[in-house]
Amino acid sequence: MGGWAIAVHGGAGVDPNLPPHRQEEAKKLLTRCLNLGISALRSNHSAIDVVELVVRELETDPLFNSGRGSALTANGTVEMEASIMDGKGRRCGAVSGLTTVKNPVSLARLVMDKSPHSYLAFSGAEDFARQQGVELVENEYFITEENVGMLKLAKEANTIVFDYRIPAVGSETCSAVAESPLQMNGLPISVYAPETVGCVVVDNQGRCAAATSTGGLMNKMNGRIGDSPLIGAGTYACNLCGVSCTGEGEAIIRGTLAREVAAVMEYKGLSLQEAVDFVIKERLDEGFAGLIAVSNKGDVACGFNTTGMFRGCATEDGFMEVGIWE
Amino acid sequence: MGWAIALHGGAGDIPVSLAAERRQPREAALRHCLKVGVDALKARKSPLDVVELVVRELENNPHYNAGRGSVLTREGTIEMEASIMDGNTKRCGAVSGLTTVVNPISLARLVMEKTPHIYLAFDGAERFAREQGIETVDSSHFITQENIERLKQAKEANRVQIDYTQPIQKDEKKETPTADGDSQIGTVGCVAVDSHGNLASATSTGGLVNKMVGRIGDTPIIGAGTYANNFCAVSATGKGEAIMRGTVARDVAALMEFKGLSLKEAAAYVVEECVPRGNVGLVAVSAKGEVTMAYNTTGMFRACATEDGYSEIAIWPSVQN
Repeated sequence: MGGWAIAVHGGAGVDPNLPPHRQEEAKKLLTRCLNLGISALRSNHSAIDVVELVVRELETDPLFNSGRGSALTANGTVEMEASIMDGKGRRCGAVSGLTTVKNPVSLARLVMDKSPHSYLAFSGAEDFARQQGVELVENEYFITEENVGMLKLAKEANTIVFDYRIPAVGSETCSAVAESPLQMNGLPISVYAPETVGCVVVDNQGRCAAATSTGGLMNKMNGRIGDSPLIGAGTYACNLCGVSCTGEGEAIIRGTLAREVAAVMEYKGLSLQEAVDFVIKERLDEGFAGLIAVSNKGDVACGFNTTGMFRGCATEDGFMEVGIWE
Repeated sequence: MGWAIALHGGAGDIPVSLAAERRQPREAALRHCLKVGVDALKARKSPLDVVELVVRELENNPHYNAGRGSVLTREGTIEMEASIMDGNTKRCGAVSGLTTVVNPISLARLVMEKTPHIYLAFDGAERFAREQGIETVDSSHFITQENIERLKQAKEANRVQIDYTQPIQKDEKKETPTADGDSQIGTVGCVAVDSHGNLASATSTGGLVNKMVGRIGDTPIIGAGTYANNFCAVSATGKGEAIMRGTVARDVAALMEFKGLSLKEAAAYVVEECVPRGNVGLVAVSAKGEVTMAYNTTGMFRACATEDGYSEIAIWPSVQN
């Protein structure tokens, strides 16, 4: 039985031409969040508290695509979503379509703890946020100058790659797009990045938890729900492991990716690393994604088939790593 | 190996004493919808078309909690949700928070086929419905007198319960109360496989009586209420929160895939081991043309048929079990 372990991510699918100073900023933020989680674990906070704490920090920093810094919808607004799951008892909470809640992951936690439901969305979720008295801000708070520029680029790109993924039956769609390298979700990777954040933790009592938060896809349709709030897709935790995924939401939903890691451990007896490798290799079809995971034994693993993933991990025995590329 | 189809109209605490006037129209709807599905399979329609067609029929029937007949939120409004999935390609579509779309399942199919996304909800989904020119009506179309009454009863039950427990302990976080035996249930779903082993699944619901506005249940969630791959197709029903955390539909498929269980064994395992008693029912078909209908509730409105002539329409456990 190992001790605690923690992993964080700031999205998979990184522009290989990302300027070095941006890479450094990302690594610095990941390190800061990792350290925050580590000290909470050393103070014997439970896994569920730690994942919430760390994801709040990632949401509050504008660097990644969650909370402040969220990607914009086609209408230029922010619609955030998040979910959290406690492996102990498989309790879970999720939210979508938030426009004023400063920390979506904490509202997801409140849905889990204080509502009879597991998932609230859009105006109902906002009503619940007001009832619960969580911190609210104007939608503008979440919108960064940089993302306004990105949306413009995405819209320009979209006039070329419009309807890129409509599975027009029996025909090869958009060969021009398929040939152009390094796209994520149909967007040039320079526009796509950065992405979703997440954290997985096992505490020194072997309890696992996972949390994921996102602004979603740049230039998404209003009302689009991705994988992040979906239990079993973007987020999953049980008594064996905790998993948080990121990348092309639709591929992650189809692959029930987070549950898949747990399922092959549970039903096939794979180890955490084997499970992660299997899922990344066998379960993504043509999609691109990455994930982080911890097991109840204190193992930590990550995997991705994208160009890079912003990630960091640490274990009680002193191992710590922060990286972007393979 | 041949075609097979199964459909459900919800699982739950269905009292065996259910009055004939409530039982019979539901049985008639099951029979009718089964026939619609069987005829479509015989006419070599794809399973994806068949499950959409059958669920549309169930949505149009006011005796089930989907489409017309959907139960009401706390505010007395309706918010419908649905999802659909094709087994071979694992393409899928889902919708939530619909208030005017006559057939939510068909909008889910359009999300799958006409958008780059899988899941659209609330205003954005409604806007997409209008763009696609799918049939919409005033929200009042979906609201039945029976459901207005149910909401009233649920609210009263809720108040009574809180009053009762208040002075003693903070026990008010019990499950949303059931107003009468069959008020929470009635989600509909259909799974089908053709003789080539193509699979599809679809599920549609109005949700939970007296639910909070904005509440999303298991029905639109791929892997929870609906799942299909090249092993099997599954549609689940019951307490949404329990089904979601149990990733019920995906787990039936995962047990076949990763543990080598048969369809029947996998469904039985999920119902017995993965979800607390009284919370779940499901229908499933396998690529080989097997069919199973499992539940751990008092009953489940269900029907199935296979190419070799087997057919069943039932609510409670059959006598021989």
